[in-house]
Amino acid sequence: MRIDATDLHYRDLNAKVRAALEAGERELVIENARGQRYIGTGVTCPQAKIEITGIPGNDLAAFTSGPRIVVRGNAQDAVGNTMNAGTLVIHGDAGDLLGHSMRGGTIYVKGSAGYRVGIHMKAYGQRFPVVVVGGAVKDYAGEYMAGGLLVVLGQGVPRDQSVAGRYVGTGMHNGEMWVRKPISAHQLGKEVGLVPIGDAEWEAFHGHLAPYGAEFGIDAGQFKRDDFVLLRPTSHRPYGTLYVY
Amino acid sequence: MRRWLVQPEFKVERDLERCIQCQVCVRQCANDVHSYDEEDEQVSSDGACCVGCHRCATLCPTGAISISRSQLEFKPNANWTPESIRNVYKQAEGGGVLLSAMGTDRPWRVYWDHLLLNASQVTNPSIDPLREPMELVTYLGRKPDQIRVERGPDGKVRLATEITPQLKLQTPIMFSAMSYGSISYNASQALARAAKAAGTFANTGEGGLHPDFRQYASNMIVQVASGRFGVDPDYLNVAAAVEIKIGQGAKPGIGGHLPGEKVDAAISRTRMIPQGSDAISPAPHHDIYSIEDLRQLIYAIKETTQHRKPVSVKIAAVHNVSAIASGAVRAGADIVAIDGLRGGTGAAPTTIRDNVGIPIELALAAVDSRLREEGIRNQASIVAAGSFRSAADVAKAIALGADAVYIGTSACVAMGCHLCQRCYTGKCNWGIATQDPFLTKRLNPDVATRRLTNLLRGWSLEIKEMLGMMGVNAIESLRGNREHLRAVGLSDREMVILGVKPAGE
Repeated sequence: MRIDATDLHYRDLNAKVRAALEAGERELVIENARGQRYIGTGVTCPQAKIEITGIPGNDLAAFTSGPRIVVRGNAQDAVGNTMNAGTLVIHGDAGDLLGHSMRGGTIYVKGSAGYRVGIHMKAYGQRFPVVVVGGAVKDYAGEYMAGGLLVVLGQGVPRDQSVAGRYVGTGMHNGEMWVRKPISAHQLGKEVGLVPIGDAEWEAFHGHLAPYGAEFGIDAGQFKRDDFVLLRPTSHRPYGTLYVY
Repeated sequence: MRRWLVQPEFKVERDLERCIQCQVCVRQCANDVHSYDEEDEQVSSDGACCVGCHRCATLCPTGAISISRSQLEFKPNANWTPESIRNVYKQAEGGGVLLSAMGTDRPWRVYWDHLLLNASQVTNPSIDPLREPMELVTYLGRKPDQIRVERGPDGKVRLATEITPQLKLQTPIMFSAMSYGSISYNASQALARAAKAAGTFANTGEGGLHPDFRQYASNMIVQVASGRFGVDPDYLNVAAAVEIKIGQGAKPGIGGHLPGEKVDAAISRTRMIPQGSDAISPAPHHDIYSIEDLRQLIYAIKETTQHRKPVSVKIAAVHNVSAIASGAVRAGADIVAIDGLRGGTGAAPTTIRDNVGIPIELALAAVDSRLREEGIRNQASIVAAGSFRSAADVAKAIALGADAVYIGTSACVAMGCHLCQRCYTGKCNWGIATQDPFLTKRLNPDVATRRLTNLLRGWSLEIKEMLGMMGVNAIESLRGNREHLRAVGLSDREMVILGVKPAGE
């Protein structure tokens, strides 16, 4: 089913999406998105496939639990905010706050993303959030991260330039981050450390790259172990010794 | 644990003539104050670890135990109080942030105790609430700017204005946000059951909603705080309302850490975080750096709940509270909850708890005045929080402009809390602020539910008495009616902010 979003207020657009899903539609194409917020927000239908052309607005797929959403262009801020499950594929760039507080699901961005990517991502039980950014990210990536996987591939970024900003992984206490080299110590939060990449780590990581590559027609074989740093928190209780009674 | 230099706070004395060596005290004290020497067949007590919770003295069958303040006095000093000296000792020893719990115990002015209610005499007769109906029903949510009616095709007049979702309270008192994790399963259950029984609401705090408590969800407000623990579409849709927690009166502007050792299997499931993992709530919501961002989250929740639930925004009472509340209302909040300086907590840095924020009375009056001045008072209900100790405090808050109040500490006290302020230790001997199964089973949820509904009933009856005495028969007639208040012992400026006249005028 096709929905033309031109001149539609987000409430009307989302009402149409909801009505279509309730009527049993499982494949929707939203054309001409013009910055409407909350597209796919709160959708819990795991079989739903939503394709968006144009530019969806902030909070795309916030609180979402299940659907697959493909954006044939750029997305804005807070994509996948507090997302629970599902797959988001962004064929362009994403804004700030990508995957904020995400508990599960997968977000693939072909291009770059902004500040505060993957802040406070967390894993629970079967839920394991994965965010893969093809290009670069800015400051505060993975801050307070409590689980899941955050990847910055650095495609299109010159080899001598860092693909992340500063304060990477500040307050992080679980999960892991893979960032293309180079990254220098001053960019890292004091709660994360570099971990040697063994065969097991690399294989597990590479397992996440194959579906990413397939999504965008990129050869996952081009990514080499030596190109990356693996960051993990140095403690699961970063603030355990903060208090006196 | 005895500390070097830190003097015990309490002295525990045992009347040996009364003591029957039954060891109830030994079993009841999680702080190891009492011990039994098998060789001597003698119970003894060490007051050094006593927190003053009275559990042992309350349960002692012969009344043999008495607890008093430690008699070891420092040389009197108006500046260096025993607390400030002890705190320096503790920090010199531990090198960390001082932690405490419940609301501040500093002697900040309690404005309720400087405000007096009015009563009718002769000219406007008082009403007897025992014979006349008294309306306490309160609706929380956005009210329309105007009401439009129209005649339908059947010729009947009907409401044409769309009414946005409202919470219907049988009494203007709700239970404050207390998470499962900060308090025990039994305490959480009692709050939820009491709210349902009394026709009011309990707030989950940032602890998620335990599957067992879903049956009470129609009387629960779920919280979305900076950690987003337990938040998914189901959580947002199952509750009566959703509250975005920006701040808390006991610790405005800072986050929270539930230590990993408290995250057992059930709490892990409810918060949706791995067992044993720290639950860290960052200081800000990282998707809210402005009023516009707050609006974005409010409407994300409204979209997720299909605009069927009121959305509340809870803020701490801070210096600029009226401008912040105005922003929250303009951002689309249907309810603004304001938590004052004396509001409680399960754990907060002492220095924040005792020194940050402003009293709820001044904040409430300032916010109500500001929203009226701006002509947007109808767009949101105001819920006041931060230490309501009696029905009189509640009535005064409603006269100052609150639509309803949140009670947390009073609810805990109703369940047996003795305000020892050690919630953060997880050793609550009353079974409230603990996850230790040996301690939690002490709180019988049936008894606790009954005690909570009793408290609500008692306060509601008292509010009805006060309404009748003022010559009005509905809580609406008292709401924001500051003519019913007079001040004693306040400065002119304080009375201007509170919008009340001095007694005698």
